[in-house]
Amino acid sequence: MSDVPHGLTKDQTRKIARLARLALSDAELDKARLELSAVIGYVERLRGLDLEGVEPLAGVTGAMRRGEGDGSDEPGRMLPVEAMEKMAPAMRDRFLAIPKVLDDGGSA
Amino acid sequence: MASDPTNVREIRDGVLARQVSAAEVTRAALMGIARSNASLNAFTQVFENRAMENAARVDARVAAGDRLPLAGVPVAIKDNMCTGPDLWTAGDGFGYAGLTTCASRILENYSSQFTATAVQRLIDAGAIIVGKANMDEFAMGSSTERSIFGPTRNPWDESRVAGGSSGGSAAAVGAGLVPLALGSDTGGSIRQPAAFCGVLGLKPTYGRVSRYGLVAFASSLDQIGPLTRSADDAAIALEVMSGKDALDATSSTHEPPRAAGLDSHDASPLTLGVVRQGRSGANHPSVADALERAIQEYTKLGAKIVEVDLPLIDHGIAAYYIVAPAEASSNLARLDGVRYGRRAALKPGEGLEDLYARSRGEGFGPEVKRRIMLGTHVLSSGYYDAYYNTALKVRRKLLGDFERAFETCDALLLPSTPGPAFKIGEKTDDPIAMYLEDVYTVIVNLAGLPALSMPAGLADVGGKKLPVGVQLIGRMFDEARLLSIARRFERATQWHAARPG
Repeated sequence: MSDVPHGLTKDQTRKIARLARLALSDAELDKARLELSAVIGYVERLRGLDLEGVEPLAGVTGAMRRGEGDGSDEPGRMLPVEAMEKMAPAMRDRFLAIPKVLDDGGSA
Repeated sequence: MASDPTNVREIRDGVLARQVSAAEVTRAALMGIARSNASLNAFTQVFENRAMENAARVDARVAAGDRLPLAGVPVAIKDNMCTGPDLWTAGDGFGYAGLTTCASRILENYSSQFTATAVQRLIDAGAIIVGKANMDEFAMGSSTERSIFGPTRNPWDESRVAGGSSGGSAAAVGAGLVPLALGSDTGGSIRQPAAFCGVLGLKPTYGRVSRYGLVAFASSLDQIGPLTRSADDAAIALEVMSGKDALDATSSTHEPPRAAGLDSHDASPLTLGVVRQGRSGANHPSVADALERAIQEYTKLGAKIVEVDLPLIDHGIAAYYIVAPAEASSNLARLDGVRYGRRAALKPGEGLEDLYARSRGEGFGPEVKRRIMLGTHVLSSGYYDAYYNTALKVRRKLLGDFERAFETCDALLLPSTPGPAFKIGEKTDDPIAMYLEDVYTVIVNLAGLPALSMPAGLADVGGKKLPVGVQLIGRMFDEARLLSIARRFERATQWHAARPG
């Protein structure tokens, strides 16, 4: 499987994992490289099709009538904070807690 | 009990006629699950207490004269549909709560605070949710082996898979534990397990059933549908679930199909298109036999049989494995360990990006990671046109092929799967072999059409009988006709009445 055409390099695989925000071990990266290369090799078969002038179709809702919503722009129901608290992995006061994103700033 | 516990209509009619109570039906279903679930592993959770409480409420409503269309019908819900408490009803209503795990580490303790619209509509119609059904993690798989709860086993042969990703739903109906289960179908995840477990599985037209509260996999392909013992029961469930939902902008305003309306199609002339590519030499002999016998059966029933070409079937899997992972990589980005779900314990010095990457790295299983990475790759700068856009063009062409076929045909006939249920472990090491399980089903999702798999024969494999399904594909929003065509086959063949063991 290592010499499949369109094979990814380990660096490419690492870059994809980084873009996808997935922390992978070295062994996982090696396995992902081989498996992704195999799948990418498989989907290459689409290149043989004549698709000249064909419009891409992202979904079939467009094939139906557009603007089928109820037309209103009223705020709907929302989850109460108490419900959010039951799902959240970490809260402080009534807010979701995450690691600090910025340093203290202006410390100079 | 007078009514057949595997028949939605009989249970409903029995409860409404007060011949049997919802409490009795529910207790019997819970006992069956308690007996069989250890070996089948079809359920991830069972709502014993809540189900009995809600059954008593349904009995009270029936006593008060409520003609509930699913009165007392026990239902299993695939574990990617949210079941929450009642936040918006005054007083204690019919909520279930429990967990919604998607069979994933990252959501193993996730307790949704709201209920999926499709599930709520069943509850409002008097159905009793008895539990959540096992599945492949995030509905990514064709065998229900990739679940943190372990594989679901096929009720016809426990050494074999139940199919996937709605394997728990299919096994629960196939084993007779519930008469109705909900599954979701992104590329075949209702129809393939239905075929493997000997039940009917319907993927409705895209937009027919609200996706609100269904954990998103590929939003332009996902659709919720019923698994039942018969076309009639599927029609009853579909009627209840269908229709516009303000909480899902893609849900359709089309009139829900009426279960009572199947009859109006029964007498109309029928032209069935047999898909030439479905008569592949690669099919298992039992699949080829079932298909040819189905053609003969429909001929006897007076149908005109024509052959149609869907040349892009051979490219369907390739297009699907670009579109579906692309959408999944975007949808699953919301699982970041911040608002809900698993959060990794960070080491000193690690920041927000580590929190995302570590929570996701620990929380997702190998297949989910593979698809997220595949989707990330095909959408990344420099590859978007070569992969994603190309797949969308294939999608357009495929829809055109279907539209041409439906100019002359009322429905198309082809296999549901290339073969009967395979052994547990047989395909786990070869992603592409697993993907090819869905060769006859993914094309339907790409085109947004309704389709069903129905029992059409039994294979004899290693001394065991295994069910084989055939698939019918219909025009957009033509589920009533599709189910009527299936019902004619059921009445003529009785394959749907075959039971394991």
